[in-house]
Amino acid sequence: MTAALKIEDLGKTFGGGRGLFDRQRPAVQAVADATLSVARGETLGVVGESGCGKSTFARMLVGLLPPTTGRIEIEGENLGAQAGRDPAAFGRVIQYVFQDPISSLNPRKTVEQIIEAPLKHLHAMPREARRKRIAEIFDAVNLRPEFLSRYPHEFSGGQAQRIGIARALAASPRILLLDEPVSALDVSVQAQVLNLLAHLKAEFDLTYLFISHDLAVVEAVSDRVAVMYFGRIVELGRAEEIFQAPRHPYTALLARSAPVVGRPLGAGEDGSGELPNPLDPPQGCAFAMRCPKATELCRTTRPDMQELTPGHATACHHPL
Amino acid sequence: MTETALPASPPKPSAAARAGTFLRLFARNRMAAFGGGLLALILLVALAAPILPLQDPFAQDTTQRFLRPFSEGHWLGTDHLGRDLLSRLIWGTQLSLLVGVSATLLAALAGSTLGVVAGFLGGRIDNVIMRSVDTVMAFPYILLALAIVAALGPGLVNALIAVAVVNIPFFARNIRGVTVTLANKEFVDAARLSGMGDTRIIASEIVPNILPVIVIAMSTTVGWMILETAGLSFLGLGSQPPVPDLGSMLGEGRNALISHPHTSIIPGLMIFAIVIGVNLLGDGIRDALDPRLRSGALTRPLPATLVDRAETPAIAAKPDALLSLEDLRVEFRLGRRTLKAVNGVSLDIAPGECLGLIGESGSGKSVTALSVMGLVASPPGVIAGGALRFQGRDLLAMKPGELRRLRGDKVAYIFQDPLATLHPLYRIGEQIAEAIRVHHPVPQAEAMARAVALLKQVRIPNAKSRAGNYPHELSGGMRQRVGIAMALANEPELIIADEPTTALDVTVQAQILKLLEDLRRERGLAILFITHDFGVVAQLCDRVAVMYAGEIVESGPAQAILDAPAHPYTRRLIACVPELGGGRRTLAAIPGLPPGADDLPQGCAFAPRCDKAQAACRAGRVALTGQEPGRGVRCLFPETAEDRTETA
Repeated sequence: MTAALKIEDLGKTFGGGRGLFDRQRPAVQAVADATLSVARGETLGVVGESGCGKSTFARMLVGLLPPTTGRIEIEGENLGAQAGRDPAAFGRVIQYVFQDPISSLNPRKTVEQIIEAPLKHLHAMPREARRKRIAEIFDAVNLRPEFLSRYPHEFSGGQAQRIGIARALAASPRILLLDEPVSALDVSVQAQVLNLLAHLKAEFDLTYLFISHDLAVVEAVSDRVAVMYFGRIVELGRAEEIFQAPRHPYTALLARSAPVVGRPLGAGEDGSGELPNPLDPPQGCAFAMRCPKATELCRTTRPDMQELTPGHATACHHPL
Repeated sequence: MTETALPASPPKPSAAARAGTFLRLFARNRMAAFGGGLLALILLVALAAPILPLQDPFAQDTTQRFLRPFSEGHWLGTDHLGRDLLSRLIWGTQLSLLVGVSATLLAALAGSTLGVVAGFLGGRIDNVIMRSVDTVMAFPYILLALAIVAALGPGLVNALIAVAVVNIPFFARNIRGVTVTLANKEFVDAARLSGMGDTRIIASEIVPNILPVIVIAMSTTVGWMILETAGLSFLGLGSQPPVPDLGSMLGEGRNALISHPHTSIIPGLMIFAIVIGVNLLGDGIRDALDPRLRSGALTRPLPATLVDRAETPAIAAKPDALLSLEDLRVEFRLGRRTLKAVNGVSLDIAPGECLGLIGESGSGKSVTALSVMGLVASPPGVIAGGALRFQGRDLLAMKPGELRRLRGDKVAYIFQDPLATLHPLYRIGEQIAEAIRVHHPVPQAEAMARAVALLKQVRIPNAKSRAGNYPHELSGGMRQRVGIAMALANEPELIIADEPTTALDVTVQAQILKLLEDLRRERGLAILFITHDFGVVAQLCDRVAVMYAGEIVESGPAQAILDAPAHPYTRRLIACVPELGGGRRTLAAIPGLPPGADDLPQGCAFAPRCDKAQAACRAGRVALTGQEPGRGVRCLFPETAEDRTETA
């Protein structure tokens, strides 16, 4: 079986090159050496804190941003050449669900106009067929048909997010990239959307990439989880293992920091450790300055991803 | 009026309501209405020129030169060739308006196109277009207009082109700025993934969203354009004799300015009236359309929230409470609509206690917190009932000055977004020192030393050098530490923390929570902690109050509520929160949505979403009753042990 999504050495560097008057421009490596594959029907969670490169990573996967290095393969087809140039080529196989449900919908279009766009432009579907398909999708995301003629601002966050999901589904993609799909929603509504997503995945035979900063949500919905730190994947493993028995010190810190009922307050770390500077990245492991187990080796040599047990890999010289 | 400024988000207005808002805002502005009326009158007369019984504007009669106004047969007199001034004025006004409006449309079209293309495509194209536009701007406008007319030859159409070209940069720069913001919006990305090309995205996603901006820009420039066209005609470069427009009439009258001033005063007054009318109207349109002004940025809030209580309740003195809220009611009065954000909240906080106020968005938790120090923006916020006491003093009876002395001194706030609460142009040390000096007359040096000590206390490394940093130089977690340091500056008795860790990453959140906990233990601070996160409440708070639709539905010791929630809402809300370590699972959800603040049900507000609701629940308000000491629940059928094991 071919993997739904396969990426190799994917990387993105912003800036760099020579500017006016031959001045070296500063370069920031937002994502580096990302290699992973996602099986069909799988949900891969991606976690990391702000600035870790999650969003850049996501935008490359859906073809909105051309990668600097590496290749993207979706269902066996190499899409590297179209990346950042032809989002439509990506749009037919992979779609994006945005974090902010309201700002991802054009305020001046009706819901129907928003949802029919992919049908019209990606699949050149005639009017009648469009109407039928929209009705099907709307039914699938539990929205009432009379909503179609309304404008986005008339909806609550949870409803707007379901409209966003409906738009993504309308393109009949194989993969949905969910970028913090519930973090703008209240908890009582969050579960409604997550359960809907689980249901849709089975119904439409989808593969999910679920990006979030909320470890508990990621754990609840994912088969496998990738942890990103400073533009790199530092740990990749099965969801039930990765937070229970983390091998990378950063994953352990994340798991320790999540507030849990019944666990006494204890800061994961004292907060004196500085974050690495993207303009002047450290030579060795980016987490070394915050890591209690860091040695000289960590500061000078960057660890590569290595599989410790089958299906569980980490980039650490001294795994836990 | 202040739809978007509300802390609690009210239901979004419908399209019809929005049109109503526009008309109301517009009509409220009397100056704009006056300008509109004046302009409408001028426009009507100018448009009616062909059917009005006017004399021929070109008919010369040298025997009737320079007749004064109110002469027989010539109401406004005649000019140097004996032509009827009234007729020439009306025809001239028509022409001037036509040219001015056409020039505006032309400039708006060309300028907006350049702006949209530059802003949307960016990069090199943006650079080339905008630098060319800057070059045009670098010329004095009249010189440029003169050069264009000189190149094209005099004539009204050429003057029109010149005026339009001179004004293109204004539109191009304005529209480019708006387009750049829009081009980075998520819905544009979504359109790309829907298979739309650049042209289609510009036409269907960008342009509809910038139209209001173009209209605003046009309404504020059309007066200026009319004036510029008149200027060119005055110099003889616009309309050619004998065709009158206002500028050329003024130019012809100039020679007889001293002997027969009416020949220049009359067209001059008309230009004045048009430009004043257009500008007043334009300002009115801008005020009504501009979202920033709509949001109430121009209506300055009062120094403290308005209090409009039917009665002043006599509350029993509670010696052991630091802060007590009694049956607090807060409303937002928006025209005919009244949004009831807080409906009878009673709370007590003892010295050194941490009380968690938990609820979803729109539950009224932030409004409750803000009303303690009268910080709910008025208008439209009004404290409509109840009482607030701090250390036994009635907060609602205080004068704004007294309240201000308490704010940031005895009672301090920590807000969600530290970047928005810190001033971007001052160093953080100065900002903390200022917070001290507002309340205590200490020398600057001493205040600064204290600021550095405070930064140390909130565990900021290298406090001394960090004090010289600007807010943007710090990370989110560091900024929130500064926010906490500022709250601590005057050794408050009570800190009201409104979602202080929601915007932060988990590792940073853990640090900030630990810090708050340590400070509380060290200093005996009382904290009112507003959050939506049960995990945070469990770790930090002694007691919890759960809010739903502006009411407290359950309160009691934090651990007891988490172990055995009594209100169905609390139980189900806790069940919704995923916890780390649970593995892959289906999460519980609460179907439906909370009720809108202007449409609260008569009975229990949660009844429509509650699976245990019965007729009695919907009949009338449910009181907060206590089953065990220290606990209260607003439910007729509180949860039993069986209910709880069901969800577990």
